[in-house]
Amino acid sequence: MEEIKVNDLETEVNGKKVLNGVDLLIQRGKIHVLMGPNGSGKSTLANVIMGNPKYNVTAGRITIDGEDLLKLKVNERAKKGIFLAFQEPVEISGVNVMNFLTTTYTNLNGKNPELRKEVVQTMQELNLPDSFLKRSLNEGFSGGEKKRFELLQVMILKPKIAILDEIDSGMDVDSVKLLGEITKKLSKDTGFLMITHNDHVLDYIKPDAVSIIKNGKIIRSGDYQLIKQIREKGYSEIL
Amino acid sequence: MEKIEFDYSKYDFKNSTSKYKIIFNEGLSENVIKAISKLKAEPEWMRDFRLQAYKFFLKRPVPKWGADLSKIKFEDMVYFARATDNKAKSWDELPEDIRDTYNKLGIPEAEKKSLSGVEVMYESEVVYNSVKKELEALGVIFCDTDTAVREHPELVKKYFGKVISPNDNKFAALNSAVWSGGSFIYVPKGVKVPMPLQAYFRINAANMGQFERTLIIADEGADLTYIEGCTAPVYSKDALHAAVVEVIAHKNAHVKYITVQNWSSDVYNLVTKRAFAYENAFVEWVDANMGSKVTEKYPSVYLMERGAKSNVLSVALANKGQHQDTGTKAVHLAPDTSSVIRSKSICLNGGRTTYRGLVKVKKGATDIKSSTKCDALIFDNKSRTDTYPYMEIDEEESSISHEASVGKINDEQLFYLESRGLSENEAVNMIVLGFIAEFVQELPIEFAVEFNRLIKINMEGSVG
Repeated sequence: MEEIKVNDLETEVNGKKVLNGVDLLIQRGKIHVLMGPNGSGKSTLANVIMGNPKYNVTAGRITIDGEDLLKLKVNERAKKGIFLAFQEPVEISGVNVMNFLTTTYTNLNGKNPELRKEVVQTMQELNLPDSFLKRSLNEGFSGGEKKRFELLQVMILKPKIAILDEIDSGMDVDSVKLLGEITKKLSKDTGFLMITHNDHVLDYIKPDAVSIIKNGKIIRSGDYQLIKQIREKGYSEIL
Repeated sequence: MEKIEFDYSKYDFKNSTSKYKIIFNEGLSENVIKAISKLKAEPEWMRDFRLQAYKFFLKRPVPKWGADLSKIKFEDMVYFARATDNKAKSWDELPEDIRDTYNKLGIPEAEKKSLSGVEVMYESEVVYNSVKKELEALGVIFCDTDTAVREHPELVKKYFGKVISPNDNKFAALNSAVWSGGSFIYVPKGVKVPMPLQAYFRINAANMGQFERTLIIADEGADLTYIEGCTAPVYSKDALHAAVVEVIAHKNAHVKYITVQNWSSDVYNLVTKRAFAYENAFVEWVDANMGSKVTEKYPSVYLMERGAKSNVLSVALANKGQHQDTGTKAVHLAPDTSSVIRSKSICLNGGRTTYRGLVKVKKGATDIKSSTKCDALIFDNKSRTDTYPYMEIDEEESSISHEASVGKINDEQLFYLESRGLSENEAVNMIVLGFIAEFVQELPIEFAVEFNRLIKINMEGSVG
């Protein structure tokens, strides 16, 4: 898979219109930053691309390499190489982290006898202790741990396109720096849609595309220059 | 008077049951009981015990407080059958059709893995019994209960029917009257049995009642784990399984009793299990109820003396047409005793689970700790789950807690797992296995694998 293309997308949740004609392009090997105020539709877009049944697409289309994405089941989208790092990953009791990683990895990429070693190495990189592997999925994780665990999955599962839904919120300064460095490194091969609320992470990466969303519509798009503009003039003026 | 026949030619069993050497006609009477006792060449006291129990059985009504038992036809049951006359001492000596059945159950595998003495129950009698020399060297007695009556009469007489009186309830009375087979274990003072003791049970004939009787005695400071697992083929006629299990844990002893019950979906499984825990003893019931049409089972611990502890961990799964009415009793009769109860239940496709538990604290039993946690997972609106946690606390100085939860499979959890490449069915499996993980961790690895497989089979087609 090389790209996901969103065209004139409209979406409802519980009868309320959330996306109002969104156009967006996510390409493999590139970083697309999506910014916007609370409730502007950022998370909705991420969930619709992944296929969350809670959201109802009423108009427009999403394609991957020209193929209709909306027809695919959630796990089929995952198998195409789409990954969503959740803003608030759900807790699942009794599902052990290592078993979870083994199951998902095997499902997506096939067997890997070296997986445990890779996971342990990656955890060290993310400052997650070994004991983490024995814990229940997201249960009792701190906000920062949840986000680092989502990032760990990006690094281990190696999706072709990863959507990071406010992965930087709840992270401390060092973790945000780490996030920036890792994303930059991974973006040689992976495409990113990085949804963010603040621009700290942008100190460490240079996005290829930037879009600003408001009231369910992309109101500005451009390249790295747009971020410079925001930094100079302030967010509110752009909006 | 009913006529008793020793009928060698009446082949009213399924499949190759013509190999059954002795069966009785359907129905129960004093004469049937006397004949069973005679056939087993039992001492008089056991025969009298049976006859007394039969009177209790006749007097006691079928309990109405739990699942629907009105369809049990006691008069249509066969109360005794013997597969082979002499017990085999080794695997090769077993008749071929019986070997076949157990090959499918993986018993030789279990042997290879050097799990302890395998004791196999086929119909009413133990036909295969291989007790490792190691156990004998330790002074551990592990045999079927019929053998124990003959070879260890003092021990049996001292404990048999003392934990569960033949008048305890209708099904305990029935078992006491017609019992056959089951395991007898005695572990001497200070002996720790290094491997789990195992027995497999199987109902294999239509209308065949199974009334095994298990008696476990852990002497002072002894330690043992016993595993009982069962599978059964599906038959159209209702079968009754009414076992009695008595456990005695003396001072400082530890007994862990693990059951995976997977009777076929036409079996009434009405089992009485109870343990007495003396000073500082620790008794654990690890109990899974997956099969049967109706199960009523409440493995209980009576905490008799200071410092006794109990832990009851159970899982019940009720699929279409099943009612799992399960729970436990923790009866605190002495100070400083503690009990932990963890119950997990799953119901789907119209299945029904009931948790029925009693925590009782007797006056004078101070400094009691007891905690109960019941979690139910319900799949659809056709299914039903109920919780009846009874408490009788006659002592103020006690710390008693109770928590209960009922949940559905959460859409957010499904979406999370599906977004990681799992199909809906795989996601449900993962969530359900997580729900019961605390239980599965208590099982030996071979059992854990088999148990997870059982769960997955049950979940097939539960969604979508």
